[in-house]
This record gives sequence, structure tokens and C-alpha cells, in this order.
Amino acid sequence: MRTPRSAAVLVLVAGLLASQARAAETLKIGFITTLSGPQGVIGKHMKDSVELALDHLGRKVGGLETEVTYGDDQAKPDVGKQVADEMLKKHRVNFVAGVIWSNVLLAVAPTVTGSGTFMIDTNAGAHEFAGKQCHELFFATSWQNDQTPEAMGKYMQDQGITDVYVLAPNYAAGKDMVTGFKRFFKNKIVDEVYTKFGQQDYQAEISQIRAANAKAVFVFYPGGMGIQFVKQYVQAGLREQYPLYSVYTVDEVTLPALGDAALGSWETRYWSPDLKNEANAKYVGDFRKKFGYTPSYYGAQSYDGILLIDSAVRAVKGDLSNKKGMIAAMSRADFRSTRGKFTYNTNHFPIQNFYLLKAVKGGGGEVEMQIQKTVFENHKDAYYQECPMK
Amino acid sequence: MTALLVAEQCLNGLQLGVMLFLMAAGLTLVFGIMNLVNLAHGSLYMVGAYLATAVFNWSGSFLLGVLFALPATLAIGMLVEVIALRRLYERDHLDQVLATFGLILFFNEAVAIVWGRTALFTRVPRALAGHIMVLPGVRYPAYRAVIILVGLAVALVLYVLVNRTRLGMLIRAGASNRTMVAALGVNIRLLYTLVFGFGAALAALGGLMAGPIYNVQPGMGEEILIQVLVVIVIGGIGSIRGALVGAVVVGMVDTLGRAFLKPLLSTTLGPVAAQSAGPALASMLIYLLMAAVLFFRPRGLFPAVRS
Amino acid sequence: MISRGQAVVLVAGFLVLALVPAAAATLNEPFYLDLFRRIMIFAIAAVSLDLILGYGGMVSFGHAAYLGIGAYAVAVPAFYGIESGLVQWTLAVLASAAAALVIGAVSLRTSGMSFIMITLAFAQMFYYLGISINAWGGDDGMRLARRSRLPALDLADATVFYYVVLAILVGLLWLGHRLVHARFGIVIRATRSNEARMRAIGFSTFRYKLAAFVLAGAGCGLAGALLTNQTDYVTPSYMHWTRSGEIMVMVILGGMGTLVGPVLGAAAYLLLEDVLSAWTVHWQIVLGPLLVLVVLYARRGLYGLLPGSAPRDG
Repeated sequence: MRTPRSAAVLVLVAGLLASQARAAETLKIGFITTLSGPQGVIGKHMKDSVELALDHLGRKVGGLETEVTYGDDQAKPDVGKQVADEMLKKHRVNFVAGVIWSNVLLAVAPTVTGSGTFMIDTNAGAHEFAGKQCHELFFATSWQNDQTPEAMGKYMQDQGITDVYVLAPNYAAGKDMVTGFKRFFKNKIVDEVYTKFGQQDYQAEISQIRAANAKAVFVFYPGGMGIQFVKQYVQAGLREQYPLYSVYTVDEVTLPALGDAALGSWETRYWSPDLKNEANAKYVGDFRKKFGYTPSYYGAQSYDGILLIDSAVRAVKGDLSNKKGMIAAMSRADFRSTRGKFTYNTNHFPIQNFYLLKAVKGGGGEVEMQIQKTVFENHKDAYYQECPMK
Repeated sequence: MTALLVAEQCLNGLQLGVMLFLMAAGLTLVFGIMNLVNLAHGSLYMVGAYLATAVFNWSGSFLLGVLFALPATLAIGMLVEVIALRRLYERDHLDQVLATFGLILFFNEAVAIVWGRTALFTRVPRALAGHIMVLPGVRYPAYRAVIILVGLAVALVLYVLVNRTRLGMLIRAGASNRTMVAALGVNIRLLYTLVFGFGAALAALGGLMAGPIYNVQPGMGEEILIQVLVVIVIGGIGSIRGALVGAVVVGMVDTLGRAFLKPLLSTTLGPVAAQSAGPALASMLIYLLMAAVLFFRPRGLFPAVRS
Repeated sequence: MISRGQAVVLVAGFLVLALVPAAAATLNEPFYLDLFRRIMIFAIAAVSLDLILGYGGMVSFGHAAYLGIGAYAVAVPAFYGIESGLVQWTLAVLASAAAALVIGAVSLRTSGMSFIMITLAFAQMFYYLGISINAWGGDDGMRLARRSRLPALDLADATVFYYVVLAILVGLLWLGHRLVHARFGIVIRATRSNEARMRAIGFSTFRYKLAAFVLAGAGCGLAGALLTNQTDYVTPSYMHWTRSGEIMVMVILGGMGTLVGPVLGAAAYLLLEDVLSAWTVHWQIVLGPLLVLVVLYARRGLYGLLPGSAPRDG
């Protein structure tokens, strides 16, 4: 009765010790994203891109054997924190990357940086981390939330568009988007409406838009909300009367569901699959070949995250204890990013271009986003001066 | 805020209400007659939407999608009843909640495995893609008008079925006193299975009608489930009439609240306060309504009489 | 009275929980200490729900509201500089009790499905309220800069915090046990069985039910305070109705009306979630049917599967 059990314990302990021994030679990355539930589709985009990056690097990041552990935060901050704890304490990762949602990042990032581990944010653009809570171990490969609507605001202001009707869901990110928009858009806003998060039917709001005599509509409706809003907007026949400008609403994640309903939508972004540079051509081409669908910015950011880690580890020649060296290397942004050349600001957020995109019929008959012009060149976020790092 | 806008919003509220009714009718039937809390009703709504959309996208015919999805979901509903739910009729509501919650997890994941997590492409069938001038100067989507008609037709059919046919009589008798009906020689088990299947078909009808305008993706049933539960509690459990009235009331209150609460609050609280209070209050509105109704009528507006 | 089998389980369970920190330290796996601490916090919430759900038959779908209130009762004072655990945790208990008093006073007038829905509605209202208050982060939530300061105990120390939570769990179980076997508990259980009869005998059942409701809310509020300390973070999603559903699943899975059952249920649910999600992205397709099977074949939950369990009260 006793022997098999103690044998099992011995094997277990041996296994743990063995895995400890390997840790010195293997680079461990923990990638936190949402893999289950309806938002799991974004997690899939990110995971697939991480896998592609690993393929391109020969499964060796920075020249070291690499092990990536994926964690599912279920879009809940406390689960995200538990997953982060598990990665830090159980898997002993050297880098934590990922995180889609700002509220999950707010729970996860302090835990990660507090333990002396790098946090590579590949999506959530929470302004706290661009400002007061910036940290030397925190690097973002995405953007700061406000920047994208700032670009749209500037474009619409420059075009002389006025009498705009603004809609967004009633939560923190929704309000941030409108704040960013208004930072650069100074013309008349007819009304600013916040709808219930997760709302499905927008017919009431559409009737209000019609009655308000606006000339254009600006919205922020991520994910499922965006699909519903845009579909209903077009079905109500509003697109011909009021051009639709949006951020994070019409993108490679929602385009398959929108189809032709997306045609004519304007968006601003720092990246697009058709952005012309060598790294991006390779990323998009190989991604389509391997996975059979077009990657989104969520993916491009995650891909860049792995490349950023790679550049840092290479710079210190695999010496993972040289954190200062890796910080210096990352700050140089010395890697082939899918967005082309960019630099890091003092708060470790990218200083990058923002482009105007339009949804058009592509060569193959599918609807795709195409870059029309550059709105911002080397645009900084609005919070970097609040960051103590100089 | 013109009279025309108010009228248009009332129409929107009516249509939203009718959508909710399609879902609520099946749920209240199952709950009222078989005393079964079926949280997985939303999953059947989702399955109906998925099947109809898949067939529509493959064949190009919306009608084909409808003709396939309704009987298919009816069959799936009956299968679920026989395999999992049949044993739960005599059990606590809690056990039913847990079991049907388990079914929700199962269906959401099953759908994700088959069709992936990306939302499916849907569109309104070309024949119904136009607009009608229901009010002067207001172009109302034809599809939404059809939804209203379908919903009202379903309400009529259900009324006739439950109150004027022999089958309906058996159903009402079974709800009243199950053992007696069984003793009279009616195969009550078969009856319950059929009723559940029928409820599933109603959910599927709601789902396939919603598909072109809403989002077809895993978890779409839960988003609407809460609103439907609110509807049947307000209307009175087990009552089709209650479901219709409750649904229209909820649809109206929700729509009018979203449209006019903020402007109304602006006049009293000022625009800045209304900017945050308006949306917050609008999202709570249907819950406040339910609390108010339950305060005066703890069993809802038209509770079905049960012995 | 509990059977010998159950007594063994109770003692064994307590020993396992008490030894987790030592085991985690020996195996050099500090993550498990955090995991089990989180399990115990949710166990506290589940046990508090069992008081009204299992013994009182009150299916409250809004229990997560107290989790949130307790959580904010720690985070908000901390935001304004008040870090004393005694102040924060007392506030958590009192605020939750007050909320439960109001919610219960309105909801207990109804029964059955209406009761379920109205408690759910209240939870949702608190959730939407939490999202709208920008000063406290809205749905982005708030970080807790420092864990609650307790006299002589440093909660920043993972092990110390662990034992504080364990002590609270044991204390709550003991308190619950005393309550359930006292006159109060017997009245509650009898009311669940046949309320009309109890009223005929002369008991003011509404008051007893409301009192139980308030006590349950207070208990869950304390769990919320602990949860904020555990995650160093608070967010309105702690109050979402799906959280209530999860706590309810833990109670029913573990065994309603047993007090210890919910602890088993919390452990089973959270461990399964952790293990399954590491195994496959589609873990919900396993968990779902598993729940259905437990309901169909393990009528008294996991606790009922143990040898010598007494039959549940009718």
C-alpha cells in the first residue's frame, strides 16, 4: 500500500527538481489572453500570431529554447491575476506577455512588474500605465487607448466635418475613446450617447440619430456590439446619409461577420494588413498561409511582442539575469516590427504613425481595410508626461 | 423631441418587445406547464440561429434555413429533454438551475467547436432588405416589420392552440394536475416531451429571426436570457398573454428609456449630471420596472392559475 | 449529528488546508498557497449562501452583490487613505448587512421564480452602479495599494494571510453550525419545509427569513473584503450575476444545507477550472455535462457522496 504512493511522490519530486534544472537554459514566456467564451476569438488571433512568431524564430527566442505557456483570463481581472500568479510562481516565467482588456491589465501588470518580471503588453492601452503607473519593466507593443480616436478626431477636424453624433458603450474604455476623440476634434458634436455595454438592439439610437440632424457619426463599438451596430445602421439605410467613422469597430475580427455591410466605413489605426514593409508582408503572407484567415492588429501586436523579447534576449546574449541590459535593448525598439520602424517614448509606449483606413472590396472580392493616408506621424500619447521615468 | 420621433420610438419598442416575446413564449410555456426552470432556453435560441444561418449561407435561401432550423431544433430540444431534463421535473428548482447551467456551458462550447468563435456572417434576405414608409418621412426596415407580424401571428396561433384545441386542453390539464391526467390515460411523458420540443422550436424561431440583425456567436443566448426572464416574471409565469404584455412593456420601457431618459434628465439635473446618470439609469430601468411590478403584484401581471 | 465518515472528512479536510502552506513551501510551489487561499475565500462566500439557500430555501441569485460591496468597502477607504483592516472589514460586514436588509425587505415579499429574478435584478443594479462611478474606476476597477492593516498581522505575508482566511472560514463554519442547530436555524429550516404551518404556529417567518438573509449577506461581504486583499484589486465584475451563478454552483455541487458541502464545492469547482483550462481551451464542454451528471446522480452533492451521510431534511 505504501510503496506505490511513496514511489509516486519520489517521481513527482524528481520531476519538479528536473524541471527546475532545465529552467536555467529554457526561456519561459507566459502569454495571458482570453481563450474561452465569446471573446475567445481575439485570444485565438493572438495565440496564432505568437505561434507564427515562434516559427519564424525557429522556436528559439533570443537563441534560447523557448517554452510558451498560454493562460486564459476569461476576461475577468481576478482570474487574470490568478493566471499571472500561476505563471510567475509555478511556471517561473521570465516574461509575461499579452492581455487584451484594460481592467485585467490593471490587476495583472503590477503583480508581474512587482515580482521583477517583464510585462509585455500586447493590447490593453490603459492610460494608467502610460502615465503614473509606468514601470521600467513594462513595455507596450500596442498603443495607448486614446491615440487611435485622437487620430480620427484630427482627421475629421482637418476635413472640416461638423455636427457629429457620438456613440460608445458606457464603460471606462468607451469614455476614454470619446475623450481622446475630443482632444483633437473641436467642431460641433450634436450629441454624445453612451449605451449599455453588450446591448444588442440599436434601433432606438438609430432613430435618434436620424432625428438629430447630424452630418456624420463617430462610434466605438468593439466586438459583437460593433457587428450589431454596423449591421443595423446599414439596414436602416443610414450609411448613405451619414458616413460612419469609427475606432476598433470595423476590423479583421468583425469583418467576416459584417461582409458588405462594412463597405465605406472609416477607421484609424496604427497598422493594417496592407501596410507596406518587409516584416509585415512576411507576417501577413505567412499567417494567411498557415491559418487561412487574415490577421488583425491584435495578432500583429502579439507577434511584435515576441520579436521584442527576442531582440532583448539577443542583446544580452541570453543572460536573462541582465535585466538592465534587456530594458536598454527594448527601449531601442531595435527589431523588425510589423508596423515598420518606431521608437519608444520614456513611458515605454510606442511613438508611431496612425493611418486612415477605409473598408473596401479587395482584389479577391472580400471586404478588407485599406490605408488611405497617414494622419499622424510619430504620434506620442497624451499621458507620458505624467510618467516619473524620464 | 417631436411627436413623430416619439411615435417612431414606440414602434421600435413594440418590435423589440415582439422579439422578446418569441423567446419568452417558449420559456414561459415550459416553466408554467412543466414547472421546469430552463436556463438552456437561450442555448436553443442560439442553436436555431446557427442552424438557420449556416443553411442560409450555404444555400442562399433564407426560407431553406428556416425550414431546416425549426424541425432540427425541435428534435434537439426533444433529445435534450429525454436525455437530461426528464428526470428533473420532480426536483428542486435549484437542481434544474444547475443542470441547465451545465447545458449552457456544453452548448456554447459545442457551437464554438463546430463553427469556431468568430461571429457568423448573416444578412437580411434580399426580399426583405428594403424599407417601408410606416410613418411619414420614416424609412422603417421591412425586415423589422416582418418580425412584428411574425411575432403577432405566433401569439395568435399560441392563443388558439392553448385555449381552443384538444391538445391545448391536455396541456393545461397536465399543468393543473399531472397525475390525474396520466390516470385518465393520457401519455403525459410524451406530452411533456412534445411541449418541450415545441418550446425549443419557438426559441429557434426567435433565434433565426434575430440572426440577420443581431450577432450570431457563442454565448448569444445568455445576453438575451436575462431580459427574457425579466419579461416572464413581469408577465406572470405560465401565461402566454402575460408573456406578450410583459414583453411589449419591457420593450417599450427599455427603448423609450434609452431614447428619452437623458434629454429628460438634462432638463432637471443639467446636461453634465444627465450624461452619467442617464445611461446608468437606462440600463437599470427594466430591473426597476420588474421590482415595481413585483411589489404590487408578487406573482406578475397575469399569473397562470395552478392548483 | 454527523457520522463517523463525515467526521473523518472534516478533520482530514481541516488538516489538508492547514498544511497547504507547509507543503507549498517544501515543494517550492508558492502558487498553490494562493490557489487554496482563493478557494477558501470563495468557500466563505458559498457557506454564507448555503445558510439561506440550503437551509432556508431562498434561491438568491444576487449574492455576488455583497461580494462586491465587501470588496469596495476595503478598496474605497484605502483609496482615501484609510488602511486599517478593522475599519475596512467592519465596514464590509455592516455595509453588506445593510444592503441585504434593504434587498431582503423588498425581495422576501415574493417567492419562487420572482424571488430569484428580483435578487438578480438587485445584483445587476449594483453592478451597473459600480460601472458608472468613475471616481472609483468604473469598470476598470481600482488597485489596492496596500493590503488591510491588521494589528500584529501582516497580510502582505502570504502565509499569514492564508491562516487568517482559514481562521475566518473555520470560525464561520462553527458559527453557522451553532446557528443552524439553535432555535433560529430550526425555525428557518421548518419555514422552508412548510411556511404556512410555521405562521399558523405563530412564528413571524418574514422576520426570521430576513434575519438569515442579512447574516448571509454580511458573511459574503466579509468574503468580498478578503477577495480584494487576495487580488489586490477590485472591479464591478465581482457583482455580475454570473458570479452569483458560480457561487450557487459551488453550493449545489458541494451539497446544499450541509455547511461543509459548499467548501468541497468551492474546491472542486475552482480546482477543476484550473486543471481543465490548462488541458484544453474547450474546458467548458467537459465541465458542463459534469455538472449535469452531478445533479442527476449525486443528489446531495459531493458531500452526499461521502459514506454515512444523513438524509437531507425533507
